[in-house]
Amino acid sequence: MTLTTPANSPDARIGQVRDTPELAVGEIDPRIDLTHGTESQWQLIRRRFSKHRLAVVSLWILSLFVFVAIFAGFVAPNDPGNVKARYTYAPPQALHFIDKTDEGWAFRPHVYGYTVEIEPEALRRTFVIDEDKKIYLTFFKRSWEYKLFGLIPTDIHLIGPERSRDPFYLFGADRLGRDMFSRLVYGTQISLSVGLVGVIMSLVLGVIIGGAAGYFGGWFDAVTQRAIEFLRSLPTIPLWMGLAAAMPSDWSPLQTYFAITLILSFLGWTELARVVRGRFLALNGEDYVAAARYDGCSHLRVIVRHMVPAFTSHIITAASLAVPAMILAETALSFLGLGLQAPVISWGVLLQEAQNIRTLATAPWLLLPGAAIVIAVLAMNFIGDGLRDAADPYAK
Amino acid sequence: MLNYLARRLVTMILTLLALSVVVFVVIQLPPGDFVTSYIASLSAAGESVDQETIIALRDRYKLDSPVLVQYAAWLSDILRGDFGYSFEMQRPVSEIFSQRIGISLAVELTAVIVMWAVSIPIGIYSAVNQYSVGDYIATILGFLGLAIPNFLFALVLMYVCYNWFGVTITGLFSAEYMNARWSVDRFLDFASHVWAPILVISTAGAAQLVRVLRANLLDELNKPYVLTARAKGLTKRRLIWRYPVRVAMNPLVSTIGWVLPTVISSSFVTAIVLNLPTLSPILLRALLSQDMYLAGALIMFMGLLTLVGTLISDLLLAWIDPRIRLGMVGAT
Repeated sequence: MTLTTPANSPDARIGQVRDTPELAVGEIDPRIDLTHGTESQWQLIRRRFSKHRLAVVSLWILSLFVFVAIFAGFVAPNDPGNVKARYTYAPPQALHFIDKTDEGWAFRPHVYGYTVEIEPEALRRTFVIDEDKKIYLTFFKRSWEYKLFGLIPTDIHLIGPERSRDPFYLFGADRLGRDMFSRLVYGTQISLSVGLVGVIMSLVLGVIIGGAAGYFGGWFDAVTQRAIEFLRSLPTIPLWMGLAAAMPSDWSPLQTYFAITLILSFLGWTELARVVRGRFLALNGEDYVAAARYDGCSHLRVIVRHMVPAFTSHIITAASLAVPAMILAETALSFLGLGLQAPVISWGVLLQEAQNIRTLATAPWLLLPGAAIVIAVLAMNFIGDGLRDAADPYAK
Repeated sequence: MLNYLARRLVTMILTLLALSVVVFVVIQLPPGDFVTSYIASLSAAGESVDQETIIALRDRYKLDSPVLVQYAAWLSDILRGDFGYSFEMQRPVSEIFSQRIGISLAVELTAVIVMWAVSIPIGIYSAVNQYSVGDYIATILGFLGLAIPNFLFALVLMYVCYNWFGVTITGLFSAEYMNARWSVDRFLDFASHVWAPILVISTAGAAQLVRVLRANLLDELNKPYVLTARAKGLTKRRLIWRYPVRVAMNPLVSTIGWVLPTVISSSFVTAIVLNLPTLSPILLRALLSQDMYLAGALIMFMGLLTLVGTLISDLLLAWIDPRIRLGMVGAT
């Protein structure tokens, strides 16, 4: 995935000296901007990044997703696996904050309940939002139990109906009357983590292989280059599927999860290896690296102490652009039934419910996980774009 | 040129061999060999298998020989056009192939052509009118095209067409033309269905192409030769099409190499969502039921398709750019 935006106009203020140096000895040229002259590389990167408006906004959006993923149990009002056949395909309820009653106005969040009508001919149950039935909501509601961070058992939720039996479906309900909002929240947890874990794994592979290829060169470099070219010339999805389909079907969800991320990273490390190799090759020619080598530093010390700090930002950029690709791949695999399987909730698994045109016509809100995917992937692409512009703050 | 072609062909054959190893590993991955699973599926259906068939099958695929011998047998069968036997569909794989390959290729090729036809003018417009309203719209659409997974786009399109226009866009033929012979009517029916998959498949690739072309062209537009030509009085339109576009197209041709894997990948998912009679739904079924010979042959075939495409793009590039043809340094 290559996205290029024109580089931001170079930051001309950083310690730039113009000509005509008619200064007395010891006097500092007033035209030198001292305020930014002493900043560290990371401060410069942050400054550059903050100029990319879209990237900053995207960072906030992504932070929200990450918050939701970490505190999934707290954010989700209903148990995502809780089946309520009464509310099959119940439509989304709009959230209202101002309560208008005979006594006047008050801030009291609520949703409207449903009445069920049965169509006389088709005998199909349809839900109608009933404005007479108000379901009041309370914050920090105690209801079903979950484990925060998978460790601390608790039953406090951000929001929930005052009476726990009342229906509360912000994003509607699915085929089994399960709450789509809560499922989406839990799906965020899995889908984001697949992207992250997958990228970390491919980063390890990419840095080791690409690093060795770039640092030592020679036959190892030639072999890895051919291998990378080979992997990149294949259509990824069919090959991923082949590997995913070969997984034994009796594996536990956790095993499948790691197998899937492993498969994704097995084919995803090439781009990262290419970047790392390129940086190594570029740095190998630098005088300070040669100096370190002539000083008798070991390979490890030259790499870790002298070379890695120079391209960490580039690696982070490449990695951040790889995360959305991983997420898209996982979603496609799960959607086709070859990735994560049903009791596990991911965005792709959720969208599997929406495969059928009849289902879509009855319950279009089943497509909402798709909106989550698009927003998350867009945000990540913009952040990666901003990072790319900021990765080398000394470049003019 | 011949020398170059020969070099590329050798590389391609080596790559194909490497691919065949990967595919063979994929075939071998599921636990148990396929004859045991075939027998299991037959007995599950209530049929009994006589011992002779089993022995014949095991012998035919050399299942009791070492892995390397099995691989050699499989590879030589494929070279002779025998792709094995699909146990799920009870037919030779090559028969399933020949039935669907035409439609598959037609859809994918049209998608590639549409992708280029759409992205080249948009990319040029975007670069020439940088930061104009049209450029921003193209950029936003491009980002969206990259962020929306193909299957989601297909789903939304399906929903919109069904709900707002009352049209179902699944399949490639109406029921009455499904098994008919090719005729003008059948072709018109085909054309009225095929726009949807082509739209979906070409979007992601087109978004990438527009960005590449725009970036390349922006680099070229700032070069002195453009200024010189302009100063000499060439009209803008003539200048742009004559010089910078031709240079900017160069890297674009080389992108066919990675555009094709994208197109084949996305046509795979799209075909499944839209239920097209192409090879993709068969591959999915084969994978889901672990019918690995069929799946392996299909993956092999998709890889071959990609490699042939890459070869064509390399040849095109060499034809356009003499530096590559002559193997000069710095021409990549």
